[in-house]
Amino acid sequence: MSGLTYYFSLALSAILIENFIFVKFLGCCPFLGVSKKIDTATGMGIAVIFVMTVASAVTNLVNTYILGTTYAYMRTVVFILIIASLVQFIEMFLMKSMPALYESLGIYLPLITTNCAVLGVANLNVTNGLDFIGSVICGSSAGGGFTLAIVLFASVREKLEYADYPKCFEGFPIALVSASLLAIAFMGFQGLSIF
Amino acid sequence: MSSFVKQLKEGILTNNPIFVQLIGMCPTLATSTSLKNGIGMGLAVTFVLMCSNLVISLLRKFIPSKVRIAAYIVIIAGFVTIVDLSLQAYLPELSSSLGMFIPLIVVNCIILARAEAFASKNGPLPSLIDGLSMGLGFTVAISILSTVRELLGSGTIYGLPVFGDGYTPIIMLILPAGGFLTLGLLIALFQHLTRNKEESK
Repeated sequence: MSGLTYYFSLALSAILIENFIFVKFLGCCPFLGVSKKIDTATGMGIAVIFVMTVASAVTNLVNTYILGTTYAYMRTVVFILIIASLVQFIEMFLMKSMPALYESLGIYLPLITTNCAVLGVANLNVTNGLDFIGSVICGSSAGGGFTLAIVLFASVREKLEYADYPKCFEGFPIALVSASLLAIAFMGFQGLSIF
Repeated sequence: MSSFVKQLKEGILTNNPIFVQLIGMCPTLATSTSLKNGIGMGLAVTFVLMCSNLVISLLRKFIPSKVRIAAYIVIIAGFVTIVDLSLQAYLPELSSSLGMFIPLIVVNCIILARAEAFASKNGPLPSLIDGLSMGLGFTVAISILSTVRELLGSGTIYGLPVFGDGYTPIIMLILPAGGFLTLGLLIALFQHLTRNKEESK
């Protein structure tokens, strides 16, 4: 496949076909934890897109130029350190230069360190052998897929408040059952597969 | 001895990481497609949890509280790398079917949560036991979930056929959607049972 088509299919695959939450089960904790309201879900989603894009770029460079195959066994340790410090750095940067954005994203940023979607996308980029541009595209569109999923799910959960269901389903069980229905919907995208 | 039993009961039943605390969802949902994978994942997490709890508890007086999260993550990542490399060397089949979820144990909330809530405040021995009981609680929960999914989704238990040839497996249960559904129904059942118990008291 030529350049542009390849990157387009990469993005489409990361957003819909291989959706991080509904197909790969990455980032389920924040997905279930911060999806009670659409506003907070959107905030979390945007913060995740941001961190995943930057993290994909940095981990790709570090992996290509520093780790290589010689130090491949250090990958997990190095990647998680990069992500943790990156999150801290982004937090400080936003606090200083963009206070308005920090106000709205601030509380979500520390949570992202333990979001397995970020470490997951960094690892996937390496296993799939993506180049720098590919990694950045994959990171940002996987973040986009996460945002799409969490916002859709939050809007379902807001409606669930008024629904009438058996008492033992209160809280997480009913949320998981509705997530399952959304996952069935996302299975439809499997047919799009262009790879 | 009684505190050991109490901690064990807490980890497996009253404060089960999956059914009660609802943390560590990603590996639970992703690797519970068969009992073999589920047990493998559960034991890997138990090992990392015990080791990290022990080391963090031993170092709890030396780690400055400002950088503690970063320090915990490095310790955890070290043990995860040990597990990852040993699985690749000795159990390559399990390693390839668990795939990327082995390195992702690093960001499993259970481990960081136990480090922060228990190991950083308690001595080495109770922390080790806490790691064992929480890890076993996770293993039990993921085994139950994967047994249900494997039994109905492919008609086998631990790879052995159960229902005979006439059974048409409900393939949906081993697909992602089935993971969410089965876990939701199991937690609902768990809540139903514990609530009945409370009411009858």
